[in-house]
Amino acid sequence: MKDVELKMLERAKALLENGEVARVIGWKKGEFFFDPSPATFESVEELENGFVYNWFCGANLSKYLIAASKKEGKTAVFLKPCDTYSFNQLVKEHRIKRENIYVIAVECLGKLNIEGIKAKGLSMIESVEVDGKDVIVTTAYGKETLSKPEVVLTKCATCTKTHQVKDEEIILHEVPVRDVDRFAEVAKLEAMTADERFAFWREQLSKCIRCNACRNVCPACSCVKCVFDNPASGISAKANDDEFEEQLFHIIRAFHVAGRCTDCGECSRVCPQNIPLHLLNRKFIKDIDSLYGEYQAGETSEGKTPLTSYTEGDAEPKDVFSGEAK
Amino acid sequence: MLKIAKSKLNDLYAEIAKTQGLMLPIKNAGEVNYAVWEEGKEVSLETLKTVKSPKNAFFPQSENMMKFKTEGKNIEVIDVRKDFVEEGKTFVLFGVKACDYKAIEVLDKVFLAEPVDTYYKARREAATIVTLACSKPEESCFCGAFGIDATAPCGDVTTWLDENYLYWQANTEKGEALTAALSALFENGGEAEVAAQQEKTKAILAKLPFAALDLSRFKPENLNDLFNDPAWESMSEACLGCGTCTFVCPTCQCFDIRDFKTNEGVIRFRCWDSCMYSDFTLMAHGNSRTTQMQRFRQRFMHKLVYYPSQNDGLYSCVGCGRCVNKCPQNLNIVKVIKTLGGKAND
Amino acid sequence: MIEETLIPKIGVITDIRKDTPDVKTFRVVGTDGKKLFQHMPGQCAMVSVPGVGECMFSITSSPTNQDYMEFSIKKCGCVTEVLHAMEVGQQITVRGPYGKNFPVEEDFKGKDLLFIAGGIGLAPLRSVINYVRHYRNNYGKVVIVYGARSKDDLVDIEEIQTEWVNEPNTEVYLTIDRPQEGWDGHVGFVPAYVKELGLNPNMTAVLCGPPIMIKFTLAGLLELGFDKSRVYTTLELRMKCGVGKCGRCNVGDKFVCKDGPVFRMTELDELPDEY
Repeated sequence: MKDVELKMLERAKALLENGEVARVIGWKKGEFFFDPSPATFESVEELENGFVYNWFCGANLSKYLIAASKKEGKTAVFLKPCDTYSFNQLVKEHRIKRENIYVIAVECLGKLNIEGIKAKGLSMIESVEVDGKDVIVTTAYGKETLSKPEVVLTKCATCTKTHQVKDEEIILHEVPVRDVDRFAEVAKLEAMTADERFAFWREQLSKCIRCNACRNVCPACSCVKCVFDNPASGISAKANDDEFEEQLFHIIRAFHVAGRCTDCGECSRVCPQNIPLHLLNRKFIKDIDSLYGEYQAGETSEGKTPLTSYTEGDAEPKDVFSGEAK
Repeated sequence: MLKIAKSKLNDLYAEIAKTQGLMLPIKNAGEVNYAVWEEGKEVSLETLKTVKSPKNAFFPQSENMMKFKTEGKNIEVIDVRKDFVEEGKTFVLFGVKACDYKAIEVLDKVFLAEPVDTYYKARREAATIVTLACSKPEESCFCGAFGIDATAPCGDVTTWLDENYLYWQANTEKGEALTAALSALFENGGEAEVAAQQEKTKAILAKLPFAALDLSRFKPENLNDLFNDPAWESMSEACLGCGTCTFVCPTCQCFDIRDFKTNEGVIRFRCWDSCMYSDFTLMAHGNSRTTQMQRFRQRFMHKLVYYPSQNDGLYSCVGCGRCVNKCPQNLNIVKVIKTLGGKAND
Repeated sequence: MIEETLIPKIGVITDIRKDTPDVKTFRVVGTDGKKLFQHMPGQCAMVSVPGVGECMFSITSSPTNQDYMEFSIKKCGCVTEVLHAMEVGQQITVRGPYGKNFPVEEDFKGKDLLFIAGGIGLAPLRSVINYVRHYRNNYGKVVIVYGARSKDDLVDIEEIQTEWVNEPNTEVYLTIDRPQEGWDGHVGFVPAYVKELGLNPNMTAVLCGPPIMIKFTLAGLLELGFDKSRVYTTLELRMKCGVGKCGRCNVGDKFVCKDGPVFRMTELDELPDEY
C-alpha cells in the first residue's frame, strides 16, 4: 500500500504544482496510523505534512465533492471503486458539477476496521501489516495474526465493485476476483418469520442513539435541509426513546434513498452502535433487482432509473405482495 | 477491604436487584451500554468503554418533564416528576470508570447549580455509585491529562476486578449501607492484590500515547485568541455535523425541550441535543452559527475554555476517548488539544 | 416536591393590543387575576403555547406596574404566529423572570439617560423607561430616540405620544426610514439621526434593536465621544431552558439567558464575535 500512497502523493503534488487543480481531496494522517481523516490539500507543503493512504482510509470522499465542486477552480479527488458509484449518482442528481472534478481512481483491496481489530481483544496497537489474507498486528504486548475477512469493514466484506469513473488511475496491484454474495445476509433475514425479523430489527435499532451519523455521511442523503431537522416539517425530532423514532427514522431514510443507494456501506461503517444499517438498503436493492431487473445505482451518471421511470412492464403492487414478480 | 469471587458476581447483582434497581454495562446486540440488570442479561464489566457513557442514568437521552391538558381556552399543568427515594426506587450504578465518574462531577456543576434541576437531582439522590478501577487502559485513553487516576476512582464504593475477584471498598455512608446489605456475600482481603494491580496499570498509563497532553493554553485570558485561531477551519473541514461525539460524550449536557401532542394532551419532554447540529442555534429570524466550523469550534471551546472559565478551571473533558474511537471521520478533542493546547504538544 | 423552574405558571391573556401590522402587546395575569411574578427592567420570561413551543420574550411592562405584565411580540415564527391568533381569555404558560436586568438601581441612578430603540427593540426599553418615569427624581435628563421602518411600525406610539413626550426633563425623538403620507416628523435611519442630534456623550446609553442598527449606532455614539463602558444593549439568542443549562445561548464564557440579556458594550468586546 505504501507504493500506492507514494504514487498518489506524487500525482497530487504534480497536479497542484502545474495548476491543473486548485485542491486535492484525500486523507490526512491522524494521531495513529489507523485514524486518518478526509482532508483538503491546497499546497505541496500540506501534502507533505500529512497526506496518507493506507488500509484504514475507508471513508467515502464523494459527498465532500458537493461543496468542493462549487468552489473556484478544479478539485482532484481520490476515489476507491465503491466511491465512484456514489460520485456518479451525485452527478446524476445534479449535486456535483462533474466538470469541476478530476477523479483519480485508486486501488482498494478492502479496508480494515480498527474497531474490529480491537474487538479481537487487541489494544496498544503499534502497527498493522497485510499479507494476502493475513493481517499481522503488532501491539505493545506482542504480535497477532488475524484473518483479513474478519477485520475488514463490513462494506468491504462483500464488495466486488470496480471503478466506474476515472480521469486517471493509480492501480499497482492486481485485485483478486472475488466470488461473494452480497445478498446472503439479506436472504437470511428474508428467511425469518415476520416476528423473528421484527425482533432482529427491534434489538438492533434499540441501540440507535439518533446521532444522525448514518444520514450525514450518506451520499444519497444530500438534501439541503433534512425533513427531520426542519422544525416546519412537523416531524422534526431528536428524541430516540420510543419504537416509533427508532424504527421510523431508519425505515423512512431507507425508503428515501431506495433506488439511489449505491450500497457504499458508509452507514454501517460510521454507526457508533454497529447497527447493520446497510442491510435495510440492500433489501431494497435486492427487491429492485427482482422486480425491475438488475440495477446498480451509480453505475452511470446518466440514464433512467427504475423507481423514477414508468414502463408498461413494471411490477404491479399485487405482484410485489404475492412475490410473483420476475 | 472486601472481596467476592468473580464467579459469584451474579449473586451480587441478584442481591442488589432484590431491593433496588441495578444499572451496569450490559451487552445487547453486540454492543455494551449501561442498562438495567435482569437475570440472564450479559454483563460486561471488562468493557473499557461502553458506547454511551452512564450519564443517561441521571440525564436520560429523552425524558418527559410535564404534561398539559387543554380545554377550550384553559390549560392545566401536570407535574410528572418522580421522587425516586420517596417511592423506594433507589438504584445502584455499577462499574463506573474513573473518567465517567469525574464526568458526573462535571454534570453536577451544571444541573445542581441554582436553580437546581430537580429531574437530575432526583435521580442523583436515588443512586449509589459503585466505581470500577481500570486495569487495561488503551491508546485512546487520556484521563491522566485531566488529573484523573484510573486506578483509584471515587464514588460511594470503589471496586477493582482481576481474574479471580472483585475487590470492594466503601467510601461514603451510602456505600457503607450498600456494603452492609450485601455483607453475607463478601470475604475480607485483597489489599495486596489491588496494590499490585494499581502499580501495573499505572505503568501502562504512563506509556499511553496521550499521557502528557499540554493544556496550558486553554485559559480564560486566551479565549479570543483561541476562538480566532485559523486552525479551526482545517480541523473541522471533514466534520459531518452528526452528533456522535456529543452523544457518546460523558460530559456533553446540552438539551432540547420540545412538545409532543398526544390524544391525552401535550407532553413536554427534553432530549439530548448537539451543538454540532445546524438547527441548534436556529431562531425564527436567523442563526448565530451558520457554518460547521463555528459549530465544531463551539463544542471544543466549550469543553476546554468556556466551561473551565465558569467552573474554576475544571475542564469539561475527562479523557475517556470515546470521541477518539467513535468519530466517523476521526476528528476528536485530542487533535484539537494537540493543535491549540500548548507548545509541549509539538 | 421542591419547585422546578422549568415547570411554568398559567397565565391568562386579559388584553391584546395591536401595535403595528406585525406586533401585538399581550397583557397577562395569573389565574387568580394577580401579577404572576415580580421582575426588574430588562428581564425576560419564557412564554409558551403547549403543543407549539416555548420562547423567551422580554417583559415590556414596568416592574412598577403591580397589576399585570405585558409582552410586545413580533410575529416571526411558530409560537408567535399562534400567539397572534389568540383571543382575550386564552391561557398560556409563563415562567421567569430570567436574566440580568438593566442596572437601574446602581449605575443608572443620578445619570442622564439616552435610550435608542429600533422597531421591536422598544419592547425591553419600554420597561426601563417606564421604571425611570416612575422613579423620575432618581434620574437626570432622559432622551429617547426611537425609529422604525414606517409610522405604522412604531410600537406603543400612543403611550409615547400622550405620556412620554409630556414627561418633565425628557426629550423624545421619533424617526421613520422613508417618507410617508401623514408623517411630518423626522425621516432617516436611527444611526444617522443619533449623529445629527449631537447628543451629550456624558449620558449613559441603552441601545436595543436589530444587530445592524446597534452596530452603526454604536459607531456613531463612539464618534460623538460616548464611553463604551456606559453603553448597554441586550442580546438575543436561541434559548430553551432560560437558566444556563441547555447550552443553546452560550457565547464565550457567558450564557445570554443567565448572564445577559443586558450587557455593557465593554463586556461584549470581550466575547467572541458569535451573537
